[in-house]
Amino acid sequence: MEFFQRFAIPHPSPAIYASMVAIALVSIGIVVGLTYFKKWGYLWREWLTTVDHKKIGIMYLLSALLMLFRGGADAIMMRAQLATPDAKLLDAQHYNEIFTTHGVVMILFMAMPFIFAFFNLIVPLQIGARDVAFPRLNALSFWLFFVGAMLFNISFVIGGSPDAGWTSYFPLAGNDFSTSVGTNYYMLAIQISGIGSLMTGINFCTTIIKMRAPGMTLMKMPMFTWSAFIANIIVVFAFPVLTVALIMGTADRLFGANFFTTSNGGMDMLWANFFWVWGHPEVYILILPAFGLYSEIISTFSGRNLFGYRAMVWSMILISLLSFLVWTHHFFTMGQGALTNSIFSITTMAIAVPTGVKIFNWLFTMWKGKIRFTTPMLYSIGFIPLFTIGGATGVMLGMSAADYQYHNTMFLVAHFHNTIIPGVVFAMLAGLTYYWPKFFGFMLNEKIGKLTFWLLTIGFVLAFFPMYLSGLDGQARRMYTYSEATGFGPLNMLSFVGAALMALAFLAIVYNIYYSYKNSPRNIGSDPWDARSLEWATHTPIPEYNFARLPQVSSSQAFWDAKKKGHELFKGEIKDIHMPNNSGVPFVMSCIFFVAGFSFVFALWVPAVIALIGVFVCMALRSFEQDHGYHIHAKEVKETEAKYGKVLNNEDRSRATSRV
Amino acid sequence: MKIDHAQPLEYSTDQNQLNILGFWIFLGAEIMLFATLFTAYFTLSHRTGSGPTPAEIFEITPVLIETFALLTSSFTIGLGIHAMRLGRKNAMVTFFGITLLLGLCFLGVEIFEFMTYYHEGATYQTSAFTAALMTTLGTHGAHVTLGLFWGTFIIIQVIKRGLTPQTANKAFIFSLYWHFLDVVWIFIFSFIYLKGMM
Repeated sequence: MEFFQRFAIPHPSPAIYASMVAIALVSIGIVVGLTYFKKWGYLWREWLTTVDHKKIGIMYLLSALLMLFRGGADAIMMRAQLATPDAKLLDAQHYNEIFTTHGVVMILFMAMPFIFAFFNLIVPLQIGARDVAFPRLNALSFWLFFVGAMLFNISFVIGGSPDAGWTSYFPLAGNDFSTSVGTNYYMLAIQISGIGSLMTGINFCTTIIKMRAPGMTLMKMPMFTWSAFIANIIVVFAFPVLTVALIMGTADRLFGANFFTTSNGGMDMLWANFFWVWGHPEVYILILPAFGLYSEIISTFSGRNLFGYRAMVWSMILISLLSFLVWTHHFFTMGQGALTNSIFSITTMAIAVPTGVKIFNWLFTMWKGKIRFTTPMLYSIGFIPLFTIGGATGVMLGMSAADYQYHNTMFLVAHFHNTIIPGVVFAMLAGLTYYWPKFFGFMLNEKIGKLTFWLLTIGFVLAFFPMYLSGLDGQARRMYTYSEATGFGPLNMLSFVGAALMALAFLAIVYNIYYSYKNSPRNIGSDPWDARSLEWATHTPIPEYNFARLPQVSSSQAFWDAKKKGHELFKGEIKDIHMPNNSGVPFVMSCIFFVAGFSFVFALWVPAVIALIGVFVCMALRSFEQDHGYHIHAKEVKETEAKYGKVLNNEDRSRATSRV
Repeated sequence: MKIDHAQPLEYSTDQNQLNILGFWIFLGAEIMLFATLFTAYFTLSHRTGSGPTPAEIFEITPVLIETFALLTSSFTIGLGIHAMRLGRKNAMVTFFGITLLLGLCFLGVEIFEFMTYYHEGATYQTSAFTAALMTTLGTHGAHVTLGLFWGTFIIIQVIKRGLTPQTANKAFIFSLYWHFLDVVWIFIFSFIYLKGMM
């Protein structure tokens, strides 16, 4: 009996029971559906074992959207609880669990896969490659992320969710104060998906360094690829720190070690330092690719080359270096002395300089441009003032003396949502709309898209700007309720209305996908936006080999120059193309990782050891496996190309120019 | 698979070159991993609670044996790669075998050392210092253990399949890994043991 009690939820509520039933019903529905329509084989062959970067990108995209709704549900519950004073919707414990999972899900299981989706979808195409450097490792990265996310998500129906905040500060996250297995889930789920992220970083660094098309020097790489390159370098250097911190946290909780305890020499601030040495660069892992997407979109819809290409690149490099030098600004008030605070205050504010350079470059790109106000462009234009406000409040927070006033208030919450939502979420939605036709063969409806943008923007302003005021008035973050006498009521009600509008906007995106799937025309050609970089030089739908012949590049706007100046992109003969085989190993290995993670959460040592051995057996099998992939023969490539109606050298170009 | 005969075998295909670069980047991540562990160790090494201090438990003899075994193994794997470049399969396999035996010797002494600590009352749970020490040494030791399995698999593959671009590539990457563990050990030896004994 005691054994089963460990799996029970410590603080069950009707909402959790309802979720359990919903999860069970959906799971049964999926299994029955797949069996009834005989889709198991299709699922296995086309998706679970795929190593194609485009399909992996689409799976990242779907997972990210799924997690957006999970994290969004948490957000709505929080805002509803705080909408009125003394509300009884949630109790304190439930509220703690919700803000913890909201933070973790949104950063690690929504924003990260969202940008990884774009890395996978765009980077190989933009550099004119046929895949990433290590296609199987790429599949493994995805599946590790996915099982990590799933492990994290089952916490609220088996054993209890983490409740120590997404930063999981010790000693609060230690066994004394977090008694359920929730924080074990946190440690292990993030560990597993973090290993996947690290491998993505290695994979894409190698891809970008070694697999660029002939003629594409570093300073001719499209801006999104540059941003992906820098973000992946940050991944490689930041994630190992998190790995170690999580190992130590796990050791404290499961093996009675004393890294972060307050007895036997442990030091709780060590966790805070490690967490933010990873956590602050993490912010830039998310924002730099978003900047990359904005650069592509703004340049396309202004009809101009990006202004200040070199300045853009150098500002990103500078931001990436500074990102590692500011972590202490997350705990100015925790007693580290005036000198340390001053140093980190200055490095923090220094980040505003290269970021400002980028903002001006985007504005100058638009200046004198012929701007087309499409949905992706609206997001990009909306981003500029909103993000600048978020940056300005960041400078306010960066002043360490003043931070004693704002620290741990809603002002901070308003600030980071003010950077992440217009910075990252807007960019992802802009990218989603922009690249949708390339990957799915139809455009999303512009009318619904623009409506979504306005709903989201107005909702965002209503939801977060009141928090600046209530924060300055002293409303602490992570407080599950407040009395009427505080006067926070009306501002919080306004936030709730804003949050509801944002929820509507996200539903509108789903409706848009459904509506456009039903109604949008399918004959959109391969370059519906009249765009500028190489990904638009592929056919739609993209053949599995991406490019029949590798492109010859001579500028950072290679496709645009091919269209306008008549550069020849594709020269030479079509030859046999080497492709990697599908593999079930990444999926199976990740499932074993899931078993290992789950067993560690509940300290079930026998299955944990067996699963770990299973992981090593998979690695050994992979080592012995001889798999040289296969070749798509030139004849077959020509036939496929012929189906698109163009085989010969110059036709690609004339097709492209005729569309302008 | 196109093979470029102007290059050494381990660099001779495109995929081989990608693998080697990818592994160097992975080693960059490993440097961060160990740097973080060292940071934790230096932060916590004097926070011994009621447990022993570094000077009380460190002993020079086993550490010297470990250092000797591991540094020699780095030399022998270098000889192995040299033999591979000359196309001498048997010599290469022999040197790889010696490398792994030295690695095994290292690991044996390290396990013995951990048992001694345990008997002296310095367990994983004793203090922040012991936890940081054993996590740092343990992570390095786990890498060596993994390396022993990995190296064995490579020897088997070289014996079965001969020196092909694939096996040469794997052997070369393994040698990078092994040298890296050696470098990490030099830091452990200097900054954990020697500093702790002073």
